[in-house]
Amino acid sequence: MSGLAGKSVGELLLLYRDGAARPAEVVGDCLDAIDSRDRVAGAFLEVFRDEAMARAEELGKEDPGRLPLYGIPVAVKDNICTCGLPTTCGSKILGRYRPPYDATVVERLTAAGAIIIGKTNMDEFAMGSSNEYSAFGRVRNPWNEEYTPGGSSGGSAAAVAAGMVPAALGSDTGGSIRQPASFCGVTGLKGTYGRISRYGLVAFASSFDQIGPIANDAEGCALLMQALAGPDGRDSTAIEEDCPDLLSGLDAGLADLSFGIPEELGSWDLDPAVASALDEASRAVAAAGVAPETVPLPGMEISIACYYVIANAEASSNLARFDGVRYGMRENTGSLGSLYALTRTAGFGEEVKRRILLGTYVLSAGYYDAYYSKALSVREMIRKAYGAVFSRIDLLMLPVTPGQAFLLGEKLDDPVSMYLSDIFTTPANIAGLPAISIPAGLSADGLPVGVQLVAAAGREDVLLRGARGLEKLFRFRERSVPGGGDA
Amino acid sequence: MAGGAGYVTVIGLEVHAQLLTRTKMFCRCPAAFGEEPNTMVCPVCLGLPGALPSVNREAVSMAVRLGLALGCVIERESAFARKNYFYPDAPRNYQISMYDRPLCTGGSLVFEDEGTEVNVRLERIHLEDDAGKLLHGRGGHSLIDFNRCGVPLAEIVTRPEIHSPRQASLFLRRLRQMLRYLEICDGNLEEGSMRVDVNVSLRRTGDDALGTRTEIKNLNSFKAVEAGLEVEIKRQRDELESGGTIVQVTSLWDAREKKLVTMRSKERAHDYRYFPEPDLPLLIIGEGWIEEERAKIPELPLDRERRFRREYGLPAYDAGVLTAESDIADYYEETANLTGEPKTSANWVMRDVLRELKSTGGDIGGFPAGPAALAGLIDLVKGGVVSNSAGADVFAAMIESGESAADAVKRLGLECISEVNELEEIVDRVLESKPDEVERYHRGKKQLMKFFVGQVMKESGGKADPLIVSGILRRKLGE
Ligand SMILES: [Zn+2]
Repeated sequence: MSGLAGKSVGELLLLYRDGAARPAEVVGDCLDAIDSRDRVAGAFLEVFRDEAMARAEELGKEDPGRLPLYGIPVAVKDNICTCGLPTTCGSKILGRYRPPYDATVVERLTAAGAIIIGKTNMDEFAMGSSNEYSAFGRVRNPWNEEYTPGGSSGGSAAAVAAGMVPAALGSDTGGSIRQPASFCGVTGLKGTYGRISRYGLVAFASSFDQIGPIANDAEGCALLMQALAGPDGRDSTAIEEDCPDLLSGLDAGLADLSFGIPEELGSWDLDPAVASALDEASRAVAAAGVAPETVPLPGMEISIACYYVIANAEASSNLARFDGVRYGMRENTGSLGSLYALTRTAGFGEEVKRRILLGTYVLSAGYYDAYYSKALSVREMIRKAYGAVFSRIDLLMLPVTPGQAFLLGEKLDDPVSMYLSDIFTTPANIAGLPAISIPAGLSADGLPVGVQLVAAAGREDVLLRGARGLEKLFRFRERSVPGGGDA
Repeated sequence: MAGGAGYVTVIGLEVHAQLLTRTKMFCRCPAAFGEEPNTMVCPVCLGLPGALPSVNREAVSMAVRLGLALGCVIERESAFARKNYFYPDAPRNYQISMYDRPLCTGGSLVFEDEGTEVNVRLERIHLEDDAGKLLHGRGGHSLIDFNRCGVPLAEIVTRPEIHSPRQASLFLRRLRQMLRYLEICDGNLEEGSMRVDVNVSLRRTGDDALGTRTEIKNLNSFKAVEAGLEVEIKRQRDELESGGTIVQVTSLWDAREKKLVTMRSKERAHDYRYFPEPDLPLLIIGEGWIEEERAKIPELPLDRERRFRREYGLPAYDAGVLTAESDIADYYEETANLTGEPKTSANWVMRDVLRELKSTGGDIGGFPAGPAALAGLIDLVKGGVVSNSAGADVFAAMIESGESAADAVKRLGLECISEVNELEEIVDRVLESKPDEVERYHRGKKQLMKFFVGQVMKESGGKADPLIVSGILRRKLGE
């Protein structure tokens, strides 16, 4: 059967249970799709062809009903450790680094019956919004190859959108799952901070980073999330309570959910396609139950500054370990000081260096109070503002980005404009809230545009139910397929 | 040595105590020493990409116990922080320490300086992880052993309230004793399980403002602490007296050359860019946990010393010596309680037991003569079965063979000759064989009594009681 790789996670599970497909067929189809499409897309950095096939054959002998992700091929962003297999973070500095351990999420995926099919391209150390900052080449948007897939989980989003794999893992520090999901017309979920263990995720900004699923639909995200979430003794910031049941109430509909739209959106210059997607979503919600109310959400305009100060500060420290002493690349020299300097100069890309410098600066004596301390206060303020909003409504609805996907190279020389495209995604990271991006429609250029839902901390169940409800109204997957592909 | 005329010496200490936990501070690798390099490691303590720390509760418990023992406030919420610096012994290139929210604040340590009680207040105690070890000069390369990397350290910081090198050393000895009593650190300066950094400045008498301070590291013994401080204080005083100013520097003590080697000056001082460790939540310590640790604190050195003086009537010196180590104090107490002779027991422990331990370098735990055995010997001496002088031989035999006092006495035939007839025969024999000495004794050379006693003791093979012997001698010599 062809086209298996483009099926949703839920569809594949049904096929397995009905005996209509075997894991080896699905993996074979994924590998074929990668072979035919990834030369252009550039979504994968590494494909674990033999390992994935061997695992699929093994699973073929097992009962499909026993494992929640039985035979589901999953692509993993390359900042997530895979034991004995390359993990580059899209950076030259790690060379052909192979971690001696699996990230918790990789263990959990495997335990749930999923098959890790390869590692996906990304902005170096997850720093970027276009995937152009990868040291290993750009990724092209499956809907139009002149455009970026977004970033930093651009490879993961593109792999799912292009029908090369039914699901992928991304990581979201300031929108790095939701923004590429929106640009590529797929669904991307970032859970509550701490919902998924970060153990084995190479840190960018520890207090914001969350791993999350990217899939064809909300159900796929729910199925992956359920398998990935839960306490982990190896990550002290992981939530100690179990994740709520995300699946049983998934199709309960929108009727009794209350939606809010931030009042402050009016002051933003939104791309017409983005504005109309939001209008459509708003009308759909109203038709299904109660019209969204406008809610005050102060602090959105300073969230970007707050985010970039804290994230870069943490990054400057997190990336200090890449020094050429123990692993990865090394520029060998006589002295220790120049070993550090030359290795890091040659190993890191421009954007990473820019952020390390900014982060070092805001933590330096004399600047700490003016930048870092102030940003922590703003973070508290934003958390409180969101707390107040969710005492009134269940779900916040807002754009994912101010505009549709941009052209390759369009913002490469304008980092600030690139940073500003994170305006609607960073608040959920700052406040630690679960948020999801779902495809709503296509722009005049034929590029996907998503809408974003945000829920109260710990309420991924409400979030996914809302996303599922909207998705049924949008019928995006039935109406649109990426151009140029044969999916 | 004080600062000299016109100056007050101001010393502050920073002590790193390696905690005796089973596992490391932020991972579950064994905190073991003397193993093959890089065998006690994992992704966490190697700082591999993606690995995350998780706090060792045993280390927190130990630090809480130390804080309670030193009268600190145990903060209900404290925070780990990253101290950023590049060095190959720190694989993340930052250390996880505590900065503006330490685990313990305040507190003090009391010690005696020439009969005067000195109370030095503490600034704080916090937890952090140790670095690895660099091994230089193997074929031009430097190698790194990460076995020690991640071992928990408690850092104890005093206020600048110590006023002489001797006081600094006395403070450290008392702190070491506390750490050992609490069984949280073995306090070995030479091996680095207890590490001391000192800072020192001179303040003009009558002046409120502190002088510029300098730091000394690499002080690997109490002696080094005193010597290093002496040298630095003299240097500062000479500098000030010749009209110069003190530059803020850090020096290393070279114990062999007995001099300070300047390591770095203020201009090159690090900006550690401390910020809250985002990988670890606030460390929350509830009342229940604190009480649990409080219950584990044994009687502390000063309390025990005072009780020994009060309860056993020991002189201050004896009480100090016997409570220096808690296991010696336990040994003494058990012996004293068995014999009911606290002072005699103290003499035996201090003279015979401690001397033996010192000469063999052993510890009391493995000592062949336990408190019951020693008490048995003391009882035999007290009962007159063994003479005091033979007691030492019996003790030596007991240590040698591990047998009881009674068995040793029997085997060596060292029972006292208390039969007067038998003794009188020996006395007669001695006096007959030394007519010249008897003659001189009668002419007034009374000091010869000692000689006669000695001769009789020798004849008796040490089994006679010298008191009885001299009684018989006096009678026989017509007094
Ligand atoms: Zn370890």
